[in-house]
Amino acid sequence: MKARIITRQKLCPDIFWYEISAPHVACRFQAGQFVIIQVHERGERIPLTVAEAHPERGTIVLVFQVVGKTTLELSLLKEGEEIENCVGPLGNPSEINFFGQVICVGGGTGIACLLPIVRALSAAGNEVISLIGSRSRDYLILEDKIKAVSSSLFIATDDGTRGERGLVTDVLERILEEEEVRGKIQRVIAIGPPLMMRKVAEITRPHRIKTIVSLNTIMVDGTGMCGSCRVFLGKAMKLACIDGPEFDAHRVNFDDVISRLEMFRAKERLAWAVYRQQLEARQMEIKTKVRAKEGTASHD
Amino acid sequence: MIKIRGQRVPVRELSPEQRIKNFSSVPLGYSAEEAVAEARRCIQCRGAPCEVNCPIHLRVLDMIRAIATRQFKEAFFLLKEDNPIPAITGRVCPQESQCEGVCPLAQDGQGINIGKLEAFIADWARERGIKEEIVIKERPHRVAIIGSGPAGLICAYDLRRWGYQVTVFEALHKAGGVLQYGIPAFRLPTEVVDYEIALLEEIGVNFQLNFFVGQNIAFDELRHKYEAIFIGTGAGAPLFLGIEGEHLKGVYSANEFLIRVNLMKAYRFLEYDTPIVCGDRAGVIGAGNVAMDAARCARRLGAREVFILYRRTRKESPARVEEIHHALEEGVTWMELVAPKRILGDEQGWVRGIELVRMKLGEPDASGRPRPIPIEGSEFVLELDTVVEALGTTPNRLFLKHAPELAVNRWGLIQVDEKLQTNLKGVWAGGDAVRGNATVILALGDGRQAAAAIHRVLSPEKLG
Ligand SMILES: Cc1cc2nc3c(=O)[nH]c(=O)nc-3n(C[C@H](O)[C@H](O)[C@H](O)COP(=O)(O)OP(=O)(O)OC[C@H]3O[C@@H](n4cnc5c(N)ncnc54)[C@H](O)[C@@H]3O)c2cc1C
Ligand SMILES: Cc1cc2nc3c(=O)[nH]c(=O)nc-3n(C[C@H](O)[C@H](O)[C@H](O)COP(=O)(O)OP(=O)(O)OC[C@H]3O[C@@H](n4cnc5c(N)ncnc54)[C@H](O)[C@@H]3O)c2cc1C
Ligand code: SF4
Ligand code: SF4
Ligand code: FES
Repeated sequence: MKARIITRQKLCPDIFWYEISAPHVACRFQAGQFVIIQVHERGERIPLTVAEAHPERGTIVLVFQVVGKTTLELSLLKEGEEIENCVGPLGNPSEINFFGQVICVGGGTGIACLLPIVRALSAAGNEVISLIGSRSRDYLILEDKIKAVSSSLFIATDDGTRGERGLVTDVLERILEEEEVRGKIQRVIAIGPPLMMRKVAEITRPHRIKTIVSLNTIMVDGTGMCGSCRVFLGKAMKLACIDGPEFDAHRVNFDDVISRLEMFRAKERLAWAVYRQQLEARQMEIKTKVRAKEGTASHD
Repeated sequence: MIKIRGQRVPVRELSPEQRIKNFSSVPLGYSAEEAVAEARRCIQCRGAPCEVNCPIHLRVLDMIRAIATRQFKEAFFLLKEDNPIPAITGRVCPQESQCEGVCPLAQDGQGINIGKLEAFIADWARERGIKEEIVIKERPHRVAIIGSGPAGLICAYDLRRWGYQVTVFEALHKAGGVLQYGIPAFRLPTEVVDYEIALLEEIGVNFQLNFFVGQNIAFDELRHKYEAIFIGTGAGAPLFLGIEGEHLKGVYSANEFLIRVNLMKAYRFLEYDTPIVCGDRAGVIGAGNVAMDAARCARRLGAREVFILYRRTRKESPARVEEIHHALEEGVTWMELVAPKRILGDEQGWVRGIELVRMKLGEPDASGRPRPIPIEGSEFVLELDTVVEALGTTPNRLFLKHAPELAVNRWGLIQVDEKLQTNLKGVWAGGDAVRGNATVILALGDGRQAAAAIHRVLSPEKLG
């Protein structure tokens, strides 16, 4: 199914917000699920979490960061243009229940993935403390949206330009020791870079707080057919696309997850470099054409 | 004794040196002259053992007679009646254990090349745009088909011809099942598969791609919306050995390896965006068709040495003879009577080798093949930088999870009666989802049989 881009917004220098038409996905979506898209016929299939669904409009929202060729190409599409293929919702929905007090930790684009979960947890009556972080103020996304559905919000940036200076994990470590939350947190949910998720797992482990992470393994089909997304929980092999993407953080072998994300790095770099070159060549061509036109114009 | 009527007309092929540089079809197929010459060798046996041993009882005899007398068009229509996808079966059927295997001429290795004749006729018609004319008398009944592999495609084709409103749901972005994502283009060119699917679209089969039944629509809801359902979801989930080292970079399931190569066209990386990494020394665990396909893909992706690692011997290999032959021609090394114990990696998490143990053959096991027994103390390490596990596949857990009311056996295979009906009213199933890892022709046969059963239920008046 082709998915048309209804609105396109740049949230920060490298993160975009796309509302796309995908009625089949919108009407079935539950917090925590993702789609797999293919930008064009020759493109790679990449998973992206659904940040919002609007069944009444038949649309979903994808928030993505430009990290390689496919996301760069996606970021260059304009409103009204189409994404060739979009399948979903895939993956299991998040477990949404009344837990009591919950902490949600989001880093980078993980904040967007967290949004529907925070929203659903609040709606289920939980007191949600949200912790979000990024490199700096300019890279912090969706602050207002998260704030609107959280009981309280903490922000951390690496350079201190917004909220506290430091990492969200530092904030987490601190508030878990605070008088009013100590021993009361029923659950921690963390979505962000794997290193961040691993750190969260390490912090909550001694507190024995159930901790959930959403794993961003490399996927192809997203339906349990290829095994590319396999992760290890102790010795047990699980497929992130159909057994996850959320798992018990204290059982995940993060070293393997992080290592496997590098499997295609050399080729990804090559694709990126070649594509950038093509883009530049195209821009040069347009410039020379414009100049040539101006040249003939001035002769008239 | 039957005298050999001349030698089998050889099939022209790309040389091994040419082939390993590309993914073009290895067999070049018969020319009209060659096909006629091959057809003339047929002695038109009474009782036609070839037909008896073809799972769909294709009328081989009549087809061959028509080719021998250059009536290609007639041969094509005849073929199409029994088998809607001859261009495909002609290329992928295990002929040596079916039609060709019982041809009396085969005793001397000179059996009639039925597969290549079938493919010749189908290609001949495709190149000339010759199609059968299908007049459709519309019926109002709606039928849903889950999965677009050969079972689903054939079921859709028959039901549509009979006028039903047919929708095929497919999870991937291209229809065809294993024909599209598994079997490589050098065996089954993509355009052959695309052509057959286009024909189905032409007669009005509705394809809903990117649609996973269970995730996109509840199975129950589908049952309410359609009067009959055929499940042809295949057995596409990969199996892993469960040994140490399967997390390493450079270790693939054959499914991932082949999906990247075939469906995503990773062999044309940069023109297509999906990457694949294949090192200099690749080991493929297993020795079936899937293993041969993975090994031959690895050669084409630039691996200098490719090993088939098999715990039994060549005699027990379930792969098509032609595939083994081609793999060896292409420089694949056959290493038999070895079993993997663990996969070894370096500090960066990349595969560096595999520890194997030598095996010997013992008494026959449940499958009737001699059981391989490890020889203690015979472990050794083979250096590798790519490992592909081709151990077979099982039915997809995801679909079954969404259809808990469906009766399955302990391997997760859907249970059906002799008419391919499941325990649920209005729901039929066939192909690999019922049989496990089987063949294209068996899936085709199931699709046909289910279509007939559905027809009988939805339009009983027509059949008296
Ligand atoms: C369930 C899930 C949900 C995700 N949700 C989001 C999201 O909401 N927003 C977002 O920005 N990103 C999300 N990601 C990550 C996103 O899929 C990758 O950033 C994207 O695939 C990169 O593609 P690329 O071609 O631009 O970059 P590449 O240059 O191809 O790769 C850059 C890095 O991205 C990862 N990656 C590459 N290919 C894939 C693939 N096929 N599947 C998964 N990861 C891959 C690898 O670590 C790679 O090194 C999610 C991943 C998963 C598994
Ligand atoms: C690499 C390889 C090589 C092979 N070589 C040969 C050969 O040479 N000769 C031979 O005869 N056989 C061969 N086989 C076996 C043969 O391909 C299979 O037996 C046959 O394809 C089975 O057909 P099927 O229709 O049952 O399912 P499949 O071809 O497996 O198709 C099932 C389809 O259903 C889709 N699907 C699954 N679940 C859902 C859902 N819930 N909703 C929507 N869609 C869904 C899948 O995406 C898939 O496309 C080979 C198999 C492989 C993997
Ligand atoms: S369909 Fe397959 S088994 Fe039957 S005659 Fe043709 S090649 Fe032989
Ligand atoms: S068995 Fe062989 S020789 Fe006999 S009819 Fe069939 S193809 Fe011809
Ligand atoms: S993405 Fe293929 S099995 Fe999960």
